[in-house]
Amino acid sequence: MSQGAPVKVGVILYLSGVQAFMGQQTRRGNEFGGTFAKEAGGPNIEFIYGDAESKPENGRVVAERLIRDGCTLLIGTNDSGSTISVAQAAEAAKIPFLINIASAPQITEQGFTQIFRNFPPATTLVGNAVARIKELGATTGVEPKTAVILHVNDTFGQGIMNGVDIVWERLQVPIKIVDKIAYDVHARDLSVEVAKAKAAGADLLMPITRVGDAILIVREMVKQNWSPMGIISPGSPGPYEKAFTDALGKYGDGYMSCVPWYNPTKPGARDIAARFEKEMDARFDLNAAFAFEAVQIAADAVKRANSNEPAAIHAALKSTDIKDHIIYGGPIQFDEKGQNLNIGVVMLQNQNGRPVVVSPADASEAKAVFPLVPFDKR
Amino acid sequence: MATLYLNVIAGGILIGIVYALIALGLTIIFGVMRIVNFAHGEMVVIGMYVGYGLWSVTKIPPWMIAPAAALVLFVLGYALQRAIVNSFIDRPQHSQFILFISFALIITGLHLVFFGPDPRPIGMIESMQSYAIGPLHLDVVRSQAALMALAFVAALILFLQQSTFGRSIRAAADNLIGARVIGIRVHTVYSVTAGIGMGCAGAAGTLVAPIFDTQPFLATDFTLIAFIIVIVGGLGSLTGALLGGVLIGLSEALAALTISPALKTVFSYALLALVLVWRPNGLFGEQER
Repeated sequence: MSQGAPVKVGVILYLSGVQAFMGQQTRRGNEFGGTFAKEAGGPNIEFIYGDAESKPENGRVVAERLIRDGCTLLIGTNDSGSTISVAQAAEAAKIPFLINIASAPQITEQGFTQIFRNFPPATTLVGNAVARIKELGATTGVEPKTAVILHVNDTFGQGIMNGVDIVWERLQVPIKIVDKIAYDVHARDLSVEVAKAKAAGADLLMPITRVGDAILIVREMVKQNWSPMGIISPGSPGPYEKAFTDALGKYGDGYMSCVPWYNPTKPGARDIAARFEKEMDARFDLNAAFAFEAVQIAADAVKRANSNEPAAIHAALKSTDIKDHIIYGGPIQFDEKGQNLNIGVVMLQNQNGRPVVVSPADASEAKAVFPLVPFDKR
Repeated sequence: MATLYLNVIAGGILIGIVYALIALGLTIIFGVMRIVNFAHGEMVVIGMYVGYGLWSVTKIPPWMIAPAAALVLFVLGYALQRAIVNSFIDRPQHSQFILFISFALIITGLHLVFFGPDPRPIGMIESMQSYAIGPLHLDVVRSQAALMALAFVAALILFLQQSTFGRSIRAAADNLIGARVIGIRVHTVYSVTAGIGMGCAGAAGTLVAPIFDTQPFLATDFTLIAFIIVIVGGLGSLTGALLGGVLIGLSEALAALTISPALKTVFSYALLALVLVWRPNGLFGEQER
């Protein structure tokens, strides 16, 4: 590494377009992670941001531009579709690509040699999420019998949906799924979808959403006076985001989601979350936490590589072994496919306008409120 | 099951009426000037931000703010027409297309610069309420928006039919040369028409702001829905825009219920293709002369 010259790291996100709010939140996590790594004596890194404009196919174009601009490590994105697109560019140029957030299982199954994913694939995520849902009856003493699934119809939504199908049977969950309702990713009105789900008469609603549609769903549930026993997302974004709790207030409470999350029982993680919220004026949610952690992994690899050569950084990433980190789970290590298999899943529930961990026991900060307090009783 | 259908049909009609107001602005501009406003959705989004801003300051419900938003957008539309668009009226269609696409990009860019990409919800108590009439649940915000949209449509039709200036607009739309011969100041008519078109967009934007949280990237959706409605209803036809809006709202809702929610937009495009094949001038459009 030439003296004083920073290692250029390209960060590809959806900074504009329909998913911009998620991309901007991820960027906050990356930026805060950069500040934190620098303070901790990390290497000299220059982050260059590229906007994929909420279009999956743009990932490759933006990645190629960043590589031409001299980036020797890529970080991104916040969506499975664009992650696959970036992975193709990274593979062609032999530039290591550290994945922030993307759950589609095929990302690590297509033979890419340059990818490192510190985020659980949908199958693992859903497997852990369904296990959390299954144990809910035992921990709360209330046993739901039926569920209806409402899911966004895109790569992410279908990935989670397929995962639920497989794991539900494998784990023999004693809850019958009575209907699966898919909706368009660009839908701005979910009144019919919610009416259809309500008509299914299920105990649980299991939404697979992003934040905008999660808000629409709850609003419609309130308006259509539908309070099922519970609303539990089997591994999707939305309910834990600030936009959700701000938009819905007391009606956002009770919504549960099973996602990877920082461990609030770890003092270090709690301090980082508090500092982030103070300095960035945003919630330290899944997007921010994984973006933060991606930068710590990058800083660790660049430091150990002591080089700005892609091959050296790649080799350093391969031997990553970080035991002290913020996300719930085991040490950060990548297998031969570039997947970190040690990421756990917690069950969150919105309580008093904030997401809190309610299970498993070794990470929980509050008890689950189940069944849901009906909307008309709030 | 009957209750489900009843509620879905009612919801489809309500949202369809609001869609109609969005489409009305597009169709009136085309009907009079024969230019297509490809930035129409962006103008609806301006209306959303105006509505959101006024609501944030006054806490007056958006359906009551809509006339003020219409006025703001009327002035903007009038000024834009006088300053720029009037000089493009006689230019080739591709020049007009580029001009309006530029407007669209500039408006979205400015929205992003000033307001950022995050959705801005209007958090009123009414956003979570519905009127219960027996088994029928009517969304309060949609009902208010639909009633106000109907009032705008009625006022516009009355204005065009009963007022002197309204008759000048219709005359210019029917026969431009004849209108000039009898002394109608065509460029003023164009400017007022552009103001009315943008006023409709502004009012519609404010009315939909509590339904679809305000953000810059909704514009394309609004432009597309307006195009589908005016093509199905007939370009330049006010009745066509109103009935086309209801038809699209209703058909999307029923398609979502009976076929698949994921296919409801596809259904609108299929309807559009059918109309283009069987009635190229739309259901209520005039035959080519």
